[in-house]
Amino acid sequence: MSWRRLAAALIIAFLAVEPFLPLGRMHEYLVHVIVQIFIWSFIGGAWSLMGRFGLVSLGHGAFLGVGAYATCLLWNFFGLTPWVGGLLAVLLTVALAVVIGYPCSRFQVVGHYFGLVTLAVSEVVRLLIIAERDWTGGSLGVSLKPAPSDSSVWALQFADKRVFYYVAMVLWLFGLWVWVRVDRSMASRAMEAIGEDETAAASVGIHVTRFKLGITVLSAGLTALGGAILVQYLAYANPDTMSGIGVSLRIVFAVVLGGMYSLLGPSVGTALTIALSEFLRIYFGIKLIGIAETIYGLVLILCIIFLPSGIFGSIRDSLRRRPVSQRIISA
Amino acid sequence: MIDPLFLLEAVVNGVLLGGVLALLSLGLNLIFGVIDIVWIAYVDLVMLCMYAVYFMYTVYHWNIWVAGVTSVMAGVALGVLVHLLIISPILSSPPINQLLATGGLLFFIQSFATLLWGTDHRSVRVNLPVLEVGGIFISFPRLIAFALSILAMLGLYLFLTRTFVGTAIRAVSQDRDATALMGANPLRLYLVTSAVGGAMAGIAGALLVIQYAVHPYFGGAFGPLTFMICVLGGLGSMFGAFVAAFIMSQVISVGGVLISTEMGYVVAFVIFIVLMFVRPGGIFAKRT
Repeated sequence: MSWRRLAAALIIAFLAVEPFLPLGRMHEYLVHVIVQIFIWSFIGGAWSLMGRFGLVSLGHGAFLGVGAYATCLLWNFFGLTPWVGGLLAVLLTVALAVVIGYPCSRFQVVGHYFGLVTLAVSEVVRLLIIAERDWTGGSLGVSLKPAPSDSSVWALQFADKRVFYYVAMVLWLFGLWVWVRVDRSMASRAMEAIGEDETAAASVGIHVTRFKLGITVLSAGLTALGGAILVQYLAYANPDTMSGIGVSLRIVFAVVLGGMYSLLGPSVGTALTIALSEFLRIYFGIKLIGIAETIYGLVLILCIIFLPSGIFGSIRDSLRRRPVSQRIISA
Repeated sequence: MIDPLFLLEAVVNGVLLGGVLALLSLGLNLIFGVIDIVWIAYVDLVMLCMYAVYFMYTVYHWNIWVAGVTSVMAGVALGVLVHLLIISPILSSPPINQLLATGGLLFFIQSFATLLWGTDHRSVRVNLPVLEVGGIFISFPRLIAFALSILAMLGLYLFLTRTFVGTAIRAVSQDRDATALMGANPLRLYLVTSAVGGAMAGIAGALLVIQYAVHPYFGGAFGPLTFMICVLGGLGSMFGAFVAAFIMSQVISVGGVLISTEMGYVVAFVIFIVLMFVRPGGIFAKRT
């Protein structure tokens, strides 16, 4: 559809020039928010690769934490460039994903059980980060050691936020590209069949473990990559913002809020949740500590009750105006 | 080398902790087993009940037993409210939405508590002696909490096995549609289950607050542990959850003394993960 391509091109063109638009003093802050939206959208998209096939993981906090902390600590203690450190972090996370994912699919840990096992994994990572405080700074978090010069490609640290803006944007587009590739692949059909009924899928010759493990590894690896970029951008990592059940839930929320079965759902959901929490944070400032989060929680509950297929999904569904009979069948 | 007495003390404390954990997970397990929804925010409801006791006893100087009863009533009210406002509209939604709705409730309760009461740690001081038995120190509040948890669990057991409503609840957990055919209304039973689960949260809150300081993020410490105990014991299996609670509490208590507090939890979670692979249906499930 050509109008779609046109709209996509316009949006990308706008995002590409956005950092250079004259938008006044607050602009740097806006760029900061957009960078975060890009990175978290990428992470949400990575989660949705598993989520859309019924693999509801609450362990992405673990993958994110390993990715971020490994990159950061390798640089801080061994001076290893994030180009290599990030790669090692992704490999480490993939190894973790295999260690968890293989037995999960081998022993058919699915549904609630899969969610709780992965939740335990994300708590293990968070607690390990807190316990190893000599290395990781414990609950206080750890700062990325500054590079010798202001902007350094070697250390992947840049004083100008706009450089990170483009890094994050490319990352985001890369995530969308991966999503489309997976969506159009044979694996997507196989995974859908597995999500419906594992035994039936296996009986028609689908290698259940291979596909499940493949998608888990892909999703975990991308999440770790997102974590590595995030820690480079923020130059700080904290066990509660990079790992654990809270982070896992936030990723899942954003995706489900946007709609996990569509390409842009995770991005829309992430943009909305980040925009909402930033707005509430600025609006209330330091009076009434906790009110921003209270409203955030309330909005999430309401959205899940009233917009069960996500904001983006619901809008798309109502635009399509499917006949009622068909809607009942697919519901 | 660690003094064996310390170790013994850790074991005794582990047993005492196990009683409270068992109570916590039995309430959640009841809801989990009957309604088939994970209340991620369950321990946060417990936290609210703890605040109820704190305010009744420490701030308004009521009798501790009155405060405890208030906590149970608060628990029942919260259980019913959560069921009516959040769970019943999404009973037929996909499981992930149900999980997330209660997850949203978790954010809501934690931050609402922060908004109302700040992040100070508040403790209820009950003047009770510390027992010394053969060189081991046992805190009396913990002992009382242990004894009362066991009593509460016994009460729950009798309720579920000896009363008509209890039997109906067990029936609905086995087969929702068949129970409806037998003339029992599953939706009303869900409400009763939520109320009973809430009451267990209230009892647990009252027993926890005399041992631990309460703060808005209290649920973070016990929440994940509570789900794991439920699953480890096997869904709907009261006895399984009971045993699992004591296993986990021993690991945490002894591991905490031998290594460090966090590592105690890490070991407990790793044991959980491994056991899930070996016995996905819980420790007492028959292999299929």
